[in-house]
Amino acid sequence: MITEIDKNYIREIIATGKRADGRKFDQYREIEIKKGYVKNAEGSALVKIGETEVLVGVKMEIGEPFPDTPDEGVLMVNAELTPIASPEFESGPPNENAIELARVVDRGVRESGAIDFKKLCIAPGEKVWMICVDIHVINDSGNLMDASSIATVAALLDTKIPKIEDEEIKRGEYSGKLELKNIPIACTIVKIGDRLLVDPDFEEESVTEGKITIVTIDDGSLCAIQKSGIGGFTPEEIYKAIDISIEQGKKIRDKYFR
Amino acid sequence: MSERSDGRKFDELREIEARANLIKRANGSGYFRFGSTSAISAVYGPVEMHPRHLSDPRRAFIKFRYNMAPFSTKDRNRPGPSRRSIEISKVIKEALSAVIEREEFPRAGIEIYAEVLEADASTRCAALNASSIALAHAGIPMRDLVASCSVGKVNGQIVLDIAGEEDTEGEVDIPIGYVPSENKIHLLQMDGIMTKEEFKKALELGIKGCKIVYQKQVEALKEIFKTFESEEVNE
Repeated sequence: MITEIDKNYIREIIATGKRADGRKFDQYREIEIKKGYVKNAEGSALVKIGETEVLVGVKMEIGEPFPDTPDEGVLMVNAELTPIASPEFESGPPNENAIELARVVDRGVRESGAIDFKKLCIAPGEKVWMICVDIHVINDSGNLMDASSIATVAALLDTKIPKIEDEEIKRGEYSGKLELKNIPIACTIVKIGDRLLVDPDFEEESVTEGKITIVTIDDGSLCAIQKSGIGGFTPEEIYKAIDISIEQGKKIRDKYFR
Repeated sequence: MSERSDGRKFDELREIEARANLIKRANGSGYFRFGSTSAISAVYGPVEMHPRHLSDPRRAFIKFRYNMAPFSTKDRNRPGPSRRSIEISKVIKEALSAVIEREEFPRAGIEIYAEVLEADASTRCAALNASSIALAHAGIPMRDLVASCSVGKVNGQIVLDIAGEEDTEGEVDIPIGYVPSENKIHLLQMDGIMTKEEFKKALELGIKGCKIVYQKQVEALKEIFKTFESEEVNE
């Protein structure tokens, strides 16, 4: 829990153009990506942004395609806000925050066109690959959205497609890699006072007056947006947030995914 | 300029119907329709907060549920909450929470329910519009109404209030919730690829649409007081 006095301190320091931890408004905390963290998963990545920590595992399963897309594979994203990560998280079925987190990450990947779902077809109308992405939040120190999105992209880049023998998955043997045609990067921007900041830590999150996640792709286009939480943005603030997200998306892509 | 599948102009909304005061036992109620997308909403409260542990000593707790009637869609929509409806409920709740003077009712709960009766794209916009009307009708203190409509990109063109084939064939869908008096966007989602310039154009068009929606919401609210006045005179 963050006390009112701490909240006021964070607001005041931001109003003077600084952040409590000394970062610039457009500066992320240190990002660390470890791919291949979980052996039994076909792809995985542990991502840290400052003290925030998210582990994503990808499991490849064989399943039936959706009737309207009989020759396309399926992407499923689920997020678990595990009770170890924050005193506010409780065990049980995913709540609205976990569902929103998973759905925004899903939208970013899906709409970016990164995955060629047609390539994941095994037998049209019968069997396709299902990419099951599970986001496991280990440590919530703010900005779970960007951490989850980066971890998901890293885990997908790490994903290998298992061999199929006698119509069964042969775990541990692979026929190839999952290809990504694009690197979607989510950038979350919050408003505190009249300032826009990237990568809020959990103390900053407690005083935000608006939060928006913008997902950009390689060519600088946008592929998904989600405004989240209570608090609105003027159109000008949104345009500014878009410029920030394009710039930050490029930086993260160039530094960690090239 | 190429015509849209239903003959509308690119910056034209579907026919709008907005009403208030339709549910007798609710504290406030509203209805909103864009063409063949319609939603009805009821507000109950402020009431004592259940469950108790969620009550906030500083402000009212806002409960909101977006739900689609099973017959509202082409294929039957399985009753009960889905991941989609939970996410939509969250973003609408946040948009409404931002305009409600929640500090006026510490510890209380305000329950808002929206039912989609007919679905032909923009159902979350219709639900948000109906709920804004219902809250104002219930007399809940608000800074303003939230007005909502969607914009999209269909065959490379930016269009207002996508419907029908545009929903399935369109490239981008952007629902917007806008508060005119503050010039602020309180609901914004997007899926699909767009350049920054296209997005700017889309948002401007969407805000234009929201301002029309807002007028219809205000008219619907004025209408109920008109009836009230004429009854007084008759007596």
